[in-house]
Amino acid sequence: MQFFILVVVLLLLAAVGFRMGRGRALKVGGEKAAALHSLPGYYGYYVALWCGLPAAFLIAVWLSCEPFILQAIVVDSLPAEARTLPAARLSLLLNEVRQLGASGNYLHASGDIATKAAEHYRTLRAVSFGAMAVLALVLSAIGCLVGLRYINPELRARNRVEGVVKLFLIASSTVAIFTTIGIVLSLLFESLRFFRMVPVTDFLFGLDWSPQMAMRTDQVGASGAFGAVPLFAGTLLISVIAMFVAVPIGLLSAIYMAEYAHPNFRSVAKPLLEVLAGIPTVVYGFFAVLTVAPFLRDAGTAIGLSIASESALSTGIVMGIMIIPFISSLSDDVITAVPDSLRQGAYGLGATRSETIKQVVIPAALPGIIGGVLLAISRAIGETMIVVMAAGLSAHLTANPFEAVTTVTVQIVTLLVGDQEFDSPKTLSAFALGLVLFLVTLALNVVALNVVRKYREKYD
Amino acid sequence: MTEMVDQVRVSAIAEKVSARLQRRYAIEKRFRLYGITSIVVALGFLAVLLISIISQGYTAFVQAEVQLPITFDATVIDPDGTHSKTALSSADYASLIRTALTARFTDADDRSGRRELMALVSQGADLEIRKLVLDDPSVIGTTRTLWLPVAASVDQLLKGHMSRDADKGGQFTTRQLAWIDDLSASGNLKARFNKWLFTAGDSRQPELAGVWGAVVGSFYSLVVTLALSFPLGVATAIYLEEFATRNRWTDIIEVNINNLAAVPSIVFGLLGLEIFLNVFNLPRSAPFVGGLALTLVSLPTIIIAARVALKAVPPWIREAALGLGASRLQMVMHHVLPLAMPGILTGTIIGMARAVGESAPLLMIGMVAFIVDVPASPMDPSTALPVQIYLWAASPERAFVERTSAAIIVLLCFLALMNATAIYLRKKFERRW
Repeated sequence: MQFFILVVVLLLLAAVGFRMGRGRALKVGGEKAAALHSLPGYYGYYVALWCGLPAAFLIAVWLSCEPFILQAIVVDSLPAEARTLPAARLSLLLNEVRQLGASGNYLHASGDIATKAAEHYRTLRAVSFGAMAVLALVLSAIGCLVGLRYINPELRARNRVEGVVKLFLIASSTVAIFTTIGIVLSLLFESLRFFRMVPVTDFLFGLDWSPQMAMRTDQVGASGAFGAVPLFAGTLLISVIAMFVAVPIGLLSAIYMAEYAHPNFRSVAKPLLEVLAGIPTVVYGFFAVLTVAPFLRDAGTAIGLSIASESALSTGIVMGIMIIPFISSLSDDVITAVPDSLRQGAYGLGATRSETIKQVVIPAALPGIIGGVLLAISRAIGETMIVVMAAGLSAHLTANPFEAVTTVTVQIVTLLVGDQEFDSPKTLSAFALGLVLFLVTLALNVVALNVVRKYREKYD
Repeated sequence: MTEMVDQVRVSAIAEKVSARLQRRYAIEKRFRLYGITSIVVALGFLAVLLISIISQGYTAFVQAEVQLPITFDATVIDPDGTHSKTALSSADYASLIRTALTARFTDADDRSGRRELMALVSQGADLEIRKLVLDDPSVIGTTRTLWLPVAASVDQLLKGHMSRDADKGGQFTTRQLAWIDDLSASGNLKARFNKWLFTAGDSRQPELAGVWGAVVGSFYSLVVTLALSFPLGVATAIYLEEFATRNRWTDIIEVNINNLAAVPSIVFGLLGLEIFLNVFNLPRSAPFVGGLALTLVSLPTIIIAARVALKAVPPWIREAALGLGASRLQMVMHHVLPLAMPGILTGTIIGMARAVGESAPLLMIGMVAFIVDVPASPMDPSTALPVQIYLWAASPERAFVERTSAAIIVLLCFLALMNATAIYLRKKFERRW
């Protein structure tokens, strides 16, 4: 709240800077401001930028350094017996101190040390915020004055302002790169810690997955089994079932929609199909648990099959339903992109419509369709909520779709929801799984995008 | 002679061709049928999904309440007569309900009878009375007829979701059933609009659980997401479309954006957990952090939509502006961007709709706790609407199945509203050049 007020005050200051800069420019510009290099407004923006940017920069730097500096000060002020705690215990204590300090309510403190440190932390934070606010406001005022002093008719205010805006545009476009770097670094960092405890080969080729066993903090190393093959197999099984549902239905719908359907029918059916894509996956998960799984179980009992209520089949079918619109809209795009001259040629040779489609249109559109299917597979592999709700938790290595299997994403969620210990292989293994997931989907996407791009313009 | 042979041969071929033609037409018909069947199947799935959710969920919008004459007995609520807040907060309001109920059903005179009687009323009913007294202490000493929530099991019984028969999962004794029937017959026990569903946070008692806390949490996350991803996304799109020359650097940016659009959302959750929580020590379960993670999820969608919208603005607009002496930035800000804005907004709304329904990254950053209070700021612990659905779906009680479906209906209504706005914007401002 306080922070919000500070931001508003700074924005108001910048607005005042704008007015003053514009006024001053009009004054120095002479008759009708004709002598000015830029429009008067640009001088206003120039001063406003001087007013706001240094202060914003200061706040950004301050906020990103503050946690580390405060932590160091708090650790320094701890009594000696607390400072010499092992790193894990110390970080627990510091976490508690931070939470207590943030809430200002020491009733649930674990001990005297925590309460004292939390009080210290709280005052430090208040002082730090006060100092930052005062410094930011002073800097803003100084910036405003400096900006005003620079104003004269020869100042190329527009170019300066546009330069800053362009810098902002360029900086924004690097966010995508920083996100990728952030993903890679955070996954890699924790995965490397994991692979120091569990060898990579055991992880990638081990057949036994049971991370829940023997997990006490003082028991690092006496870990459960971290062979991820059952997870990969389960993910693959569910994705394959999903593809068996989604590819035929999606592809045939797209063909009908693109080649046969009356425009009126198309204009109704296509948006309706896309509604399927807009439904949140958590809803599909609930649908799988509530409707599809019991239905399949009962149907299985009726014909003498035992189908688990968390079977790969029900999960895969529901995931397939989710992916239908994905496949159909991608295929629809590539099918309509096939030039009409190819169809006319086939008709001229006496082919029926279905023959034209099967022998001319589909082969021409095939690279795009394959690209779409690859993207769909990558989405199926990375899908989380449906499998978390509808698939099993324990890892079985099986190819039987009637049994419960677990997937990579299910394990990531189960390992990370609840208490996390960043020094046990149990928690860290989730990051290793995440790394595998990221790399596999990345590879699929790169291949898919290349296939699509390479063959897209073949007929233009 | 040869003519005859030719004739025979031709007619044989014609016969063969027409026979094959029949087959080819049959194949044609079948192929068409496959196409239409698959569309029907896909739409059938949609229909089954919606029907199963709505048929399960619509009953949760009403809930049984019991009408009781409650005497606000001063000797129970405030024996000292001080009207102090602590005394009023800690008074035994459940005994007021017990008095009202035992006065009506005199056959519940023993200890177990009174317990059975109280089991009909929600465990949170006394909190309703407390709230009333705290809001207006002048009610003390008066008698008022109040509608109070009943236990979820009574509600389920009245809705027909639970059997009266104890052998088939019924939870009531014959005596309780008689009381329930008596109350229903006199009109003192009936279904009313379920206000808790829309005003309360989560609760262990299904009858008091609501989605409001989750809706507020979702709202805060969405505000953060919008405030970050809209400016960043539009700026990126403007840079790539209007300023950047094609070189290695912009190629890298483009490849990155395309890949991020297809990265599983749970990976963004892992990033959020590691960077936002572990490195920057931001609070767990806070909608602010959820908003940061959702920004990463929705950014590629917005960038791609904004680029398409900018591309659709014809080049002669740009040339005319530049020809009149505008700088490149003036050309973009004064002419191209306003013309592309409807398209950009449509894309942004669609990206936001995706963010609203997203739950996997929120699970990673801990927005999945049991939280009763409605969050007061983006830094308070909270859940989000889809996560609330996930949490309720894991609850075994029948009453929560109903509420899960109701929460899904609420979520789908939000999404429908957002998408309808996007379609309206597109229809209204779409411009053909």
